[in-house]
Amino acid sequence: MTTEKSGADILIETLSDLGVEVVFGYPGGAVLPIYDAIFKQERIKHILVRHEQAATHAAEGYARATGKPGVVLVTSGPGATNAVTGITDALMDSIPMVVITGQVPTALIGTDAFQEADTVGITRHCSKHNYLVKDPARLEPTIREAFYIATSGRPGPVVIDIPKDVQVATARRGDNGPISHKTYRPQTEPDAAAIEKAVDMLAAAERPIFYTGGGIINSGPEASRLLRELAEVTGAPVTSTLMGLGAFPASDDKWLGMLGMHGTYEANLAMNQADLIIALGARFDDRVTGRLDAFAPNSAKIHVDIDRSSINKNVRVDLPIVADVGPAIRAMIEAYKLRQHPRPDLSEWWSRINGWRQVGCLEFQESDPQVIMPQRAIRALWEATKDKAPIITTEVGQHQMWAAQHFHFDDPNKWLTSGGLGTMGYGLPAAIGAQLGNPDTLVIDIAGEASIQMNIQELATATQYRLPVKIFILNNEYMGMVRQWQELTYQSRYSESYSDALPDFVKLGEAYGWKGIRIETRDQLDSGIAEMLAYDGPVIVDCRVAKLANCFPMIPSGAAHTEMLLQSAEVSGEMDDEAKALV
Amino acid sequence: MHIKEEAVERHTLAVIVDNEPGILARIAGLFTARGYNISSLTVSEISDDDLISRITIVTHASAPVMEQIIAQLERLVPVHKVTDLTAFGPHVERELALVKVSGTGDHRIEALRLAEVYRARVVDATTSSFVFEVTGGVEKLDKFVELMRDLGLVEVARTGIVAIARGAEAA
Repeated sequence: MTTEKSGADILIETLSDLGVEVVFGYPGGAVLPIYDAIFKQERIKHILVRHEQAATHAAEGYARATGKPGVVLVTSGPGATNAVTGITDALMDSIPMVVITGQVPTALIGTDAFQEADTVGITRHCSKHNYLVKDPARLEPTIREAFYIATSGRPGPVVIDIPKDVQVATARRGDNGPISHKTYRPQTEPDAAAIEKAVDMLAAAERPIFYTGGGIINSGPEASRLLRELAEVTGAPVTSTLMGLGAFPASDDKWLGMLGMHGTYEANLAMNQADLIIALGARFDDRVTGRLDAFAPNSAKIHVDIDRSSINKNVRVDLPIVADVGPAIRAMIEAYKLRQHPRPDLSEWWSRINGWRQVGCLEFQESDPQVIMPQRAIRALWEATKDKAPIITTEVGQHQMWAAQHFHFDDPNKWLTSGGLGTMGYGLPAAIGAQLGNPDTLVIDIAGEASIQMNIQELATATQYRLPVKIFILNNEYMGMVRQWQELTYQSRYSESYSDALPDFVKLGEAYGWKGIRIETRDQLDSGIAEMLAYDGPVIVDCRVAKLANCFPMIPSGAAHTEMLLQSAEVSGEMDDEAKALV
Repeated sequence: MHIKEEAVERHTLAVIVDNEPGILARIAGLFTARGYNISSLTVSEISDDDLISRITIVTHASAPVMEQIIAQLERLVPVHKVTDLTAFGPHVERELALVKVSGTGDHRIEALRLAEVYRARVVDATTSSFVFEVTGGVEKLDKFVELMRDLGLVEVARTGIVAIARGAEAA
C-alpha cells in the first residue's frame, strides 16, 4: 500500500506531472497548505503577482504566447472574485487556463465564513467548466479532467475550488490513466462530404475571401502554416479578426489587413462584395459584422468552427463545418488537389481589391512637425523591432486598434490582446506571462496612459523576476476611445474621459526599479525607441502623442461595411438613439 | 426608441445530464445569461446508479434562437444529449397537479363530480376538503384548476411538464 499524501501535495504533484512549469498566484489563508507544498518543491515555479486579476492575465499571456495552458492559484473570497475578470476574459477569447481557488473548510461552506465566497456559483457562467472538490481522492482525476477540458475543443478557463480541509486531508494518488470524459468529446475532424462541397464552392467562386480568427492561433502553428498553403493554392485574399492577427503573414500580398470596426477599407469592402466567405476559426462578432442585415449581403458563407454554438449564432451560413480548423484546412487543401481544381483566375477580383487599396485608408495627417501622431509612433516601433519578431501585448482602446492596424505580424502567438471582453489592464500582466514563457524574446506592451494604470502594480512583478518587458505608452491624456465616441456621438461632451492627475510615468517606473524614458517630440521618437531596446531590463516609455487623434477607418456601431468613416471630416455631431443604444 | 420583440414558438426539450452538483444552476443560469425563456423545467434522476438525470424544459423561442439554445446546452460539459421533442415530432407531454379544494354541500359534490370527469383521484379527504391528484396535458390541468377556483380552491402544486417521444425508439 502506497502512503497517503495531502491534498496540497497531490495538487502540486499532479500539476507537475501534467507538465506545468509556471503558476501565477497570490497566497492567502485558504491556500496556505498549497503554498507550503510549493515551498517544499522545486519543479514548479510560482510567480507572485501583486493582484489576482493580474495572475489571470499573466496566465493568459503565457498561454497565448506558448500554446500551453496558463495556471493560476488564488485564495478564497477576494482572491477568487479578483480573478473573475481574467477568467471571463479567457472564456471570451478561448484561452486555455486552469484556475485553482482556495475555499473555506468544507464544514464552514455556507456559513458566511471569513473570506468565503460562492466561487463555483460566481464562476459558473464565466468559465468553461468548474468544480468544487470535497474529497482529496477526487483531486487528481479532477485536475486531469480540468486540463483536458481547458485545452481541448474550444479552449477556455476551468476553475477548481478546493476547501482548505481537502488540502490538508490525505488520500492515495490514483492511476495516471489517459485523460478523458464520458460525455465531453469535442469534434475535431471535419465531415469529408462538407469539405468536398467547400472546396467545390471555393473553386467556383469569383470573389472569395478567407475570414480568419483566433481559432487558427488556438489550433497551433501548423494551422497557420496550412492557412498560408490554402491561400496559395486558391490565390484568394485573406483578412483576419483582431484575435487572429499573425496567423497569416502581414507581409504576404494576399493580406488585406484586419477587418471590422477599425479594419481596413479593402478588407471590409472585400467582405461586402465577396461572393464566398470562408470563415476559419472566427465567430462573426458584432465588431466584425457591423449592421447584420447589411453584412456581406451577396455572399455564400462557409463556417469552420470547433464550437457548434458559434455557427449560425449571429450570421446564417450556407455550409457549417464543425471541426478543429487546422485539420479542416488540411482536408480542404487535400480535397482541392484531389478534385483537381485549378488555381482560379481571380484577376478581376484582385484588381477591384487593389483599387480599394489605393484609398490608403491607414494614412494619416501629420500637420505639426513636432507632434507625434500615435500611428507614427506605432510604425516607428514596428520598424525598429520587426527583425526581432517581438511579442506585442496591448491594453484596450485606441492604442490597441492603432497597434492592430500599424504593427504587422508575420507569425502566430506574437500578438496578445483582450478581444472579446476588452479588458483594460490586460497588457502588462500578459506581457509578464509571455516573457516568462519566452525568456529570450522581446516583449512589448503597447499601452494607453489610462489602461496601464489598471494593473500598474505589476511593475513590481517584472522587477522581482528580472523580466525585461517594455511598456510603450501612447500618452494622449485621454481615455481615447471613450473620448472618440463622445466626439462622434455626443457632440464632444467629454464626460469623465480626461486622464487627470497622471503620474510621472518615468519617475513611477524608476520607483519600481524600471528604466523610464519620455518621448515628447517626433525627433526623439527613433532615438527613444532605440534607447528602450538597448536597455537590458524593464523599460517604461511615456510617449506623448497628439491628444485628439481619432482612430480611423471606423465603421460606426450599427453601420454597414460600406458606411465606413475614413476621416475626421466625415464625422457628424450626434447620433440617433438607435445608434447610441448599440455597443 | 422602443425595444423590439421577436415572434416565438413553444418547444419542449429533453436534456440528459450528469447528475452532478450545480447542474441545474448551470442550465438555468445559461437560460438567464443568454436571455432565453423557461416556461417549465423538471428534473429527476433516471438511471439505476443515480448518475444520470433527465431535464425537461419548455421554452419559447424563435427558430434561430432555438438552434442556439440547443447548441449552447450541448456545449455544457455535463450534458450528454439534447433533444427538441417538438421538432422531433409526435411525443407525449404530461404534468401532474395536486389541487386542494375546501367547501361543503353543493360545492363539495360539484368538485367531486368534476374530478371524475377529469379523472382526478382523491388522495386526501377531510369533512371539509379534498386534495385531488390530476395528470394530463397543460391545458387540461389549467382547465381543471380554473373550474376549482369557483368551488373553493385553496392551493395548487404542479410538477411541470415531463415529455417523451412516441414510438419504440428513444428520441
